[in-house]
Amino acid sequence: MSQAEAMQAEVTRTVSPLWTFGLLRSELVTTFRRWRTLALLAVLAGVPILVGIAVRIETSDGSSVGGPPGAGPAFIAQITNNGLFLVFTALAATLPFFLPMAIGVIAGDAIAGEANAGTLRYLLVAPAGRSRLLLTKYATVMAFCLVATLVVAVSALTVGALLFPLGDLTTISGTRISFAEGLGRALLIALIVAASLVGVAALGVFVSTLTNSGIAAMATTVGLLITVQILDQIPQLHAIHPYFFSHYWLSFADLMREPVYWDDLLKNLGLQAVYAGVFGSAAWARFTAKDVTA
Amino acid sequence: MGEPSATEPDQEGAAHSGDGSVIATRALTKRFRGGQLAVDGLDLTVPAGSVFGFLGPNGSGKTTTIRMLMGLIEPTSGTARVLGQPMPRAARGVLPQVGALIEGPALYGFLSGRDNLVRYDSADPTADPRTRRARVAAALERVGLTAAAGKKARAYSLGMKQRLGLAAALLQPRRLLVLDEPTNGLDPQGMREIRQLIRELAADGTTVFLSSHLLDEIEQVCTHAAVMAQGRLITQGAVAELAAGRRGRLVVTTPDTGDAARVLKEQGAGDVVITEDRVTAEPPDRELADLNAALVTAGVRVRGFGVERASLEDAFVALTGEGFDVAG
Repeated sequence: MSQAEAMQAEVTRTVSPLWTFGLLRSELVTTFRRWRTLALLAVLAGVPILVGIAVRIETSDGSSVGGPPGAGPAFIAQITNNGLFLVFTALAATLPFFLPMAIGVIAGDAIAGEANAGTLRYLLVAPAGRSRLLLTKYATVMAFCLVATLVVAVSALTVGALLFPLGDLTTISGTRISFAEGLGRALLIALIVAASLVGVAALGVFVSTLTNSGIAAMATTVGLLITVQILDQIPQLHAIHPYFFSHYWLSFADLMREPVYWDDLLKNLGLQAVYAGVFGSAAWARFTAKDVTA
Repeated sequence: MGEPSATEPDQEGAAHSGDGSVIATRALTKRFRGGQLAVDGLDLTVPAGSVFGFLGPNGSGKTTTIRMLMGLIEPTSGTARVLGQPMPRAARGVLPQVGALIEGPALYGFLSGRDNLVRYDSADPTADPRTRRARVAAALERVGLTAAAGKKARAYSLGMKQRLGLAAALLQPRRLLVLDEPTNGLDPQGMREIRQLIRELAADGTTVFLSSHLLDEIEQVCTHAAVMAQGRLITQGAVAELAAGRRGRLVVTTPDTGDAARVLKEQGAGDVVITEDRVTAEPPDRELADLNAALVTAGVRVRGFGVERASLEDAFVALTGEGFDVAG
């Protein structure tokens, strides 16, 4: 290109504000085309399949799901009556560990992985802009929260429909609701479960800005998750339990009451918003002031 | 060489630097946590349109300087202006006009070469997505990677990665290219191609800021150079002047080295050194033909007589007082 052409390009380079979303699109495409992401989603899709097959085998002789009442994930006893309950069971089974672990991997790798590969410096001189890059990364992690939850739900619905009968269902409160309404509740529950992961996603992105090692950031995030889950089980610490991001996670079951019991659901969403605000701000403060030497 | 006047209208039209410098730092200093002083009071001026060689042993602060210029590292004190704008504050406006290769290429191994470029281009909010495919293809073509564009980047050789890194710097028309060791990992043919590419870009009016440890590379392509050692700027200026600052050495090839050395000293030459069948010396300020005549008259069998031009390497060694070793 000659000097004249270069100058012309300079003049005609009018920038559309929409172009700024190119990074988000690139980030989403890159994340969801990665083998690692697909493997995580495959594992998540596998959980409802395992649960469904296990329940099917155990009840194939006509008996009910074994064990004392209340054992196993929520709703597991109802699956044989209605395959839709496999959605609730699968979400209850994956929410404490599988889902947040997958989020921890993606979130922990968000900034630290780029730093580790050295690609962070090229994104920043492109220039991606630090706040824009951080927001893009966080938005992508949240998109992954939603996709991961929906993968579990859709896989469970498919397996439930294949192995068990579908139909009207009974809520926890004992009232009957139609299958269509049950399906609506299942979608709502999936959205609430995805929203429950916002806090751990913010925590993971923050940890990711602290180090140049993607593996260290992932391990730290998952380690924090396990620690919080254990502490949440220790009765002597009940005074601080309400501040743990995982404390109200299983409140999504309240959506299956008639009428819906909103207290814990709202506490959960509020707590997630607080975590997102606190750790999002911390990540921003850290990342925008950081010397990028990797 | 010199300041191509072709870039002047562009400079003023864009209302950037008034003094015609593309990079200007004032007392730029970086002290890392832990107290290590990486860059110490740097006053660097890169004229518009120059091919500027940035020289220094490993650990002399070159990369830290480049990172400060690109807004990756915050200076401890001092200022840096790139294209007339303060960095890192004006990064959003400045960096789209700057292509950079910093400390070697960094790629997404799981993406193809082409997709790597698409990703880097997407990160630039001023890059038009409608022309993205075409610009990526042009950049690949320019560095000779078109045939390997579909391969995963992890399968690339070091030289191919280097080329892809260069292609990323060439995705848009740039006013400044910052190239840190651009020929690293390339074979001699690849090095020649890259040097040719740099000359072409410079001819188009792009200012090229080139860090290298290969002195002959700097000498071949650069119009200006700066030398750093231990975080400080030792010298900067036009390459011809830097080398000219060192006078050439008189070289006499003869089997009678002892006699030759004696005669040269008598004739006023300084710093006479004998190596095998060569005698070298600082030439005195007089007609060299007379010196040769004196040698022959004294019965010295002169096989060769001449002045070796001082190379940038000589200048470099004289300036840094060391070879190209790692500074402790």
